[in-house]
Amino acid sequence: MRKISLDRLDALFAAISKAYTLYIPTDTKAGAKFEKWHGEERLSDALNTVRSPKDFFFPQTENLMDFKVEGKNIEVIDTRSECGDFAVFGVRACDVKSFDILDRVFLSDPVDSYYKNRREHGVIISLACTKPAETCFCHTFGIDAASPEGDVVCHKTEDALYMEARSEKGEKLMSAVSDITEDADSAAVDAQKKLIEDRLAKLPLAELSADAFGDGKTSEFFNAPEWSELSEACLGCGTCTFVCPTCQCYDIKDFNTGHGVKRFRCWDSCMYSDFTKMSAGQPRLTQLERFRQRFMHKLVYYPTNNDGLFSCVGCGRCVAKCPIHMNIVKVMKKLGGSKNG
Amino acid sequence: MVDEREALIPKVGVVTDIRIDTPDVKTFRVVTPDGKKAFEHRPGQCAMLSIPGVGEAMFSITSSPTNTEFMEFSIKKCGCVTEWLHSMEVGQQITIRGPYGRPFPVDTEFAGHDLLFIAGGIGLAPLRSVINYCRHYRDRYGKIDIVYGSRSKQDLVDYDEIISEWKNDDGINVHLTIDREQPEWDGHVGFVPNYVKELGFTNDKIAVLCGPPVMIKFTLSGLQELGFDKTQVYTTMELRMKCGIGKCGRCNIGSKYVCKDGPVFRFDEIDELPDEY
Repeated sequence: MRKISLDRLDALFAAISKAYTLYIPTDTKAGAKFEKWHGEERLSDALNTVRSPKDFFFPQTENLMDFKVEGKNIEVIDTRSECGDFAVFGVRACDVKSFDILDRVFLSDPVDSYYKNRREHGVIISLACTKPAETCFCHTFGIDAASPEGDVVCHKTEDALYMEARSEKGEKLMSAVSDITEDADSAAVDAQKKLIEDRLAKLPLAELSADAFGDGKTSEFFNAPEWSELSEACLGCGTCTFVCPTCQCYDIKDFNTGHGVKRFRCWDSCMYSDFTKMSAGQPRLTQLERFRQRFMHKLVYYPTNNDGLFSCVGCGRCVAKCPIHMNIVKVMKKLGGSKNG
Repeated sequence: MVDEREALIPKVGVVTDIRIDTPDVKTFRVVTPDGKKAFEHRPGQCAMLSIPGVGEAMFSITSSPTNTEFMEFSIKKCGCVTEWLHSMEVGQQITIRGPYGRPFPVDTEFAGHDLLFIAGGIGLAPLRSVINYCRHYRDRYGKIDIVYGSRSKQDLVDYDEIISEWKNDDGINVHLTIDREQPEWDGHVGFVPNYVKELGFTNDKIAVLCGPPVMIKFTLSGLQELGFDKTQVYTTMELRMKCGIGKCGRCNIGSKYVCKDGPVFRFDEIDELPDEY
């Protein structure tokens, strides 16, 4: 384990920036946001960024390819290019876990080369959560906010940042900052972990359990009468899907620039009425069905296909952002039985 | 450049022949610019066709894999992309990627069995691939019955091939029907589900259904009345698709993705899916 004094964070970021494009969470008028570090940006104290860091691997919009169209002829232009090495500092435990959930979609055969390219070049520097929020429930999904995963795992105490490499990529990054960091024992980190554990245990959602859900529970929950009440006020705005670190549905669209056609993909939402609409019909006619799809996918369908792993990391963004205050916590409490109160 | 293969990047295809099948169905022949098949496929599989700037959509490959020269797509005009495809002329280039999805189990569960194909309207498109595959390897299968119905004689897709080829094959019985009487038609008149019951097939066959949802529903119950079990009946499903590789989420139904786990499903498998298709 290595450490660096907090008043030397700029020196740390500068050293990382020599070898990597570095992004850190910083405060903006629109809330905390991952921004490229140029030297001026200050590390945000916010627990979480408004948008999840899924953009780093699965951006909101991206160009997939171009076409040149001349008369009846078409040329397909592969616009992919090798991504440069980059590092994302300050990723929380929940968001680190979301990459594993996205990996199982984008890296399963056939591999999504756009995602893989970024994933291979991105180094995740995680940061333990000293002050988990009332909207947090990562522990429900077996995530430990005190001990995140990541290529490099950091703990920030009153006066120092403790860093430990956990992967080959992490070791490479740590060797780039070896001159400005010093060896440290784990006493301060162990003490902080204990403190975080105590705080986590006192969170309002500490008892929330996902045990009622998972593989093979489709018939148990699909026709539950509760969906009607739960979905009643849903606006279908899709905010929950856009702030969600694990939502990965996408659309593919063409744009004619006047000089050719760009095919791009962008985030989409199963909450939208045209998501499944075909010229031949619409299998999900009402918001109830769309609302149900989102939560059934996270709590039942995804786990069925992924060894019981839920497609939610308890980051609490949807809890904080939904304009009608509906969220997965309420869904789990309503459907999940007495244990969830 | 990333040299890894990318499933979303299509190849260029050229339309070399356009056949007008019905007032709203055309069959397009597609090859690569150097005159070859774009890729090999299995009966029941699909391909993504697109016109850059207009859009991309999934279509079943109607030609048999045994056709070594080209691929064919029978496409009904019903939306943006299909409308554009219908306006094409021979020589137009499009893009093509695939093949996608789980095919019919023609070399396993179908092998050695009597087969009953039941199609309605454009539902013949995916079945034509498997029917011609079974005709090509005729000795691998038992007796073949084909029940095909449409609104009118003009709406029967591939009518010429059915009359001039399928009807003349030994051991293949073709039963055509149209919804309403019309002057130049001396064949059966009536809806497909009723016709299937009238024909009274024995339940020792494997049945394959494709057509509008209402036809599928009533034909399936008709087959069950004749003693067929759901494990003997197959169909192909259709949901909106964008990626074709089980990632974009659109065709997700229960834990399945129709683009990769389907489009071919056996009815006992469909029973396990939530009812939203």
